Amino acid sequence: MDWQALALSVKLSFVTLLFLLPTGILLGRWLAYRQFWGKSLLQTLLALPLVLPPTVLGYYLLVAFSPNQGLGLWLVNTFGATLIFNFQGLVFASIIFNLPFAIHPMQRAFAAIPREIREAAACCGMRPSLVLWKIELPLAWPGIISAMVMCFAHTLGEFGIVLMVGGNIPAETQTIAIAIYDRVQSFDDHAAAIMSFSLLLFSMLTISFTYWLSARSERTHD
Amino acid sequence: MKLSLLTKQLARSCFLLMLLSPILRAAEIPVIAAASNIKFALEEISTAFHQETGKTLHISYSSSGNLTRQIQQGGPFELFLSANAQYVVQLYQQHKTLDRGQVFALGRLALLTHIGSGLILDEQLNGLKQAQQSGQLQRIAIANPEHAPFGIAAREILQKQQLWDTILPHLILAENAAQATQFASSGAAQVGLVSYSLALAPTLKNRVRYLLIPGALHQPLQQTAVLLNNAGDTAKLFFHYLLQEKARGILSRHGYTLP
Repeated sequence: MDWQALALSVKLSFVTLLFLLPTGILLGRWLAYRQFWGKSLLQTLLALPLVLPPTVLGYYLLVAFSPNQGLGLWLVNTFGATLIFNFQGLVFASIIFNLPFAIHPMQRAFAAIPREIREAAACCGMRPSLVLWKIELPLAWPGIISAMVMCFAHTLGEFGIVLMVGGNIPAETQTIAIAIYDRVQSFDDHAAAIMSFSLLLFSMLTISFTYWLSARSERTHD
Repeated sequence: MKLSLLTKQLARSCFLLMLLSPILRAAEIPVIAAASNIKFALEEISTAFHQETGKTLHISYSSSGNLTRQIQQGGPFELFLSANAQYVVQLYQQHKTLDRGQVFALGRLALLTHIGSGLILDEQLNGLKQAQQSGQLQRIAIANPEHAPFGIAAREILQKQQLWDTILPHLILAENAAQATQFASSGAAQVGLVSYSLALAPTLKNRVRYLLIPGALHQPLQQTAVLLNNAGDTAKLFFHYLLQEKARGILSRHGYTLP
C-alpha cells in the first residue's frame, strides 16, 4: 500500500469538498428554486463533465494554464503560481470535474422540498438565511451527504485528468489511482493488487451508503 | 456562532497550509523527471545516494517525450534523465536547462517474451518472422515511437530487419518503455522489443525469457542527465553522484553500456 499516495488522494478529496460544499448548496438551491434567462445553458455547462472525455478537459486545462502563454503566463507573472503539475492544479481540476456530482443531487434534494413548507416559513417571517439553515438544510441533507460522498469517491478514482494535468509526481500529484498505474508499470503486481482491492471495497461502501441514504430519506418522506 | 467562527478559522488555516505545503516541500526534496527504462537502476542509485548523503529524491517516471513536454509546460522538475540526447538538446535550445547535460549511460534493447510462450528468440529476429509468416504472431509490444526513445529504437530494429511493414498490424504501442515491458512480461502481448535494463528487473526473474539485441541495429540510446533551470543543491549533488563510480557500477549491472 502506498500510504503517501493514499494520503494525497484523501487530502485532495477533502480540499475539493471544502470548495464544493458551499458552492453546491448555493448553486443547487439557486437552480432548484429560480427561473432565469440562460438557466438551461448554465445547467448544460455544469453537467458537461459527466459526458466530456476526461482527456478533453485535461487538454483544455493544460492549454489554459501552460505558463508559456495566455492565462497561464498571466498567473505566473501575477502570482508566481501555476495550476499544472502541482497539487493546487489538481484541486482546481478536481473541482471542475466534480461539479455535476456535487450540484445535481443537491439540486434534486432542494427541489424535493414542498413549496408550501418554504412559503409557510417565509410567512412566519423567517429570514431566507434562517429558512435555509432551519428548514431546507435539515430536509435536504441526505442529498447533500450523498453528493459529498460521490464527490469524495470520484476524486479518489479520477485518473485521466489527474495524469494529464498533474503528471505523476510522488507526494505532489501521484494520487492512489495514479500509484496503481505506476505500480503496474513497475511490475509490482502485489502492491497494485492491494491498492486496487482497497479502492474496490471503498467504492462498494460508497455506493451502498448512498443507496442506504436515499432509501432512508424515502422512508422518512412517506 | 462560536462554532461557525471556529470552522471558518479551521478552513482558513487548512487552505493556507495547503497552499504552502508544496512550497515548503519543494525546498527539501527535489523532483527528478526520469525516463521509465532507468527505473530499477535509479531506485538503487537513489537508495545508495540516500544512505551516503541522507537526502531524499522524488522521482517521476514517464516517456522522455512526455517528460519533455511537461518540462516545457513548467513542470516542477530539477533534474531530467532522458533516454536520448535529442530531447535534452531541444530543451537546451528553449533555455529550460542549465547546460547541454551529460551522457551517463547507453541503453540497449532486448527481445522479451513470457516464460510460457514458445517463441524463438534470436538476434536476427528470424523467430519473429517465422511466427508472423505462419500466422502464430499475435501481439508485439513496443514503446510509442512518437514520444519514447526506446520505441524509436525498436522501430529502427524492425525496419532494419525488413519486418516493420508486415508487423505493423500486430503492434501494441505502450505509453513508455516500462509499460511495453509490462505488456510483454505479463503475456498480454506475446513478445516485446523493450529496454534491456527492464528485462533484467529482479521482479521479472523466472517470469520472462529475453535476448539482448546487438547495439549495431539501432542508433545509440544516450541516457542524458541535465540540470534544469530551478535545480537546487540536492539535485546538483545527485547529478554528480550519477557520474561517479558507485552509480556507474549499478548502471552496468542493470545492463547499460557506460560511455
